[in-house]
Amino acid sequence: MTDDAFVLRVEDIHKKFGTNEVLKGVSFNVRKGETIVFIGPSGTGKSTLLRCINQLTIPEKGRVWLHDDEVTNSGPKISYFRQKIGMVFQNFYLFDHLTAVRNVEIALLKVKKMDPESARRKALHELEQVGMKDWADHYPAELSGGQAQRVSIARALAMDPEVILFDEPTSALDPELTREVLEVMKKLAKSGMTMLVVSHEMGFAASVANQIIFMENGNIVEQGPPDALLYDPSYVRTRKFVGQFADLTQRKD
Amino acid sequence: MEPAGFITDILIPALSQGLVVTLQLIVLSAPFGLLLGIGISLGRQYGGKTLSNFCKLYVIFIKGCPLLLLLFILYFGLPSIGITLTAFAASVIGFILCNAAYNSEYIRGAILSVKDGQTIAAQALGMTKWQVIREVILPQALRRAIPGLSNEFIYLIKYSSLAYMLTVIELSGAGKLVATKYFAYNEVFIAVGIVYLALVTFTTVAVHYLEKRVAVPGMIH
Repeated sequence: MTDDAFVLRVEDIHKKFGTNEVLKGVSFNVRKGETIVFIGPSGTGKSTLLRCINQLTIPEKGRVWLHDDEVTNSGPKISYFRQKIGMVFQNFYLFDHLTAVRNVEIALLKVKKMDPESARRKALHELEQVGMKDWADHYPAELSGGQAQRVSIARALAMDPEVILFDEPTSALDPELTREVLEVMKKLAKSGMTMLVVSHEMGFAASVANQIIFMENGNIVEQGPPDALLYDPSYVRTRKFVGQFADLTQRKD
Repeated sequence: MEPAGFITDILIPALSQGLVVTLQLIVLSAPFGLLLGIGISLGRQYGGKTLSNFCKLYVIFIKGCPLLLLLFILYFGLPSIGITLTAFAASVIGFILCNAAYNSEYIRGAILSVKDGQTIAAQALGMTKWQVIREVILPQALRRAIPGLSNEFIYLIKYSSLAYMLTVIELSGAGKLVATKYFAYNEVFIAVGIVYLALVTFTTVAVHYLEKRVAVPGMIH
């Protein structure tokens, strides 16, 4: 029944807010080390889909599996799955009262019950990975958006997740800061991290994604490797959407 | 005319004794008033429907009840249902109940001001609801609530004088006794007033220091 090649399996996710059906049965599988980028018009349920995966939003129907363990309906075990499935948000959501290093180590201390010394060492290591070690003692308000987002990536990494969900990680950033965050994400993807990314950064999608999923109106319209999906989509709707970004995704031969 | 040595031999010893009682009332009431206030605000914000409504009702009840009346109920009323409190205990309990209700309002407001996203981020890291409250929400909410809480503490210093109405000889009461005995109302009450002023000023300075100590860049003001 189970296929070990898949880290994450998402099966027929349905979600409604009131009468508004945001997700209408979304399914896909994620292989280890894969980067999947979700594209599509705003309001088509991409962010909701990510939140359904780690149960920050509870779907009405459908199941999510991490390897052979069911994430949906897991009760208190959800804490374990959330450690395994990291998340990075559009607005960073750093803890305002904690310095960068405390932001990264707090869950190591409180959730993983690590001893303070190892937690600090690990937190500093993760900050180094995202180029923020020199800012360890600064508070969120003292960081630029790009720096804050890199700290939040370090915070997610510190839990040693198997998958990281990125919910529009650069949408709140100007182009320069976007680039510094995307650099970190590229490095992560190359290091073999499994990543699900909701993003409008077509350049990133084109160069980093193994698969692109185009969503609209709560459904997956089309999915495939960047070459196919960005340059030769099967559906008119996909072609129309990616066509808007043609200048960004030009193949440089 | 008051006798020679009135201030050193009579006034200062009497007020000192009263001051000690006032300080005891405050020191016993304030920490529990804060803790209960935190509990009520959390119950109201995060409790189930019943607990939340209970906390809401509690605050409405305390806000609507004159503190003196509350003290009278505790001291004179409770014995009829078999609960007898000393005047001091009744005062402390009354102050805690009152202080907590108002504190809870300041804390609740501060909880609401903590950005929602941080709760989501904390949950996404695997924190339980209680861990989110303890590690993320309360540390920020309490910092933001300091100005309101300190105001309430200053009120407590002053309404602790109501304990005199239950026969607790605290600062005001001690002053009243001396003033009546020696017909030295102005001198005594001005002296008592100066002591309260000193207590409040000390508190204000201490709170200012505390605020600076726990300040986080970009978080307050």
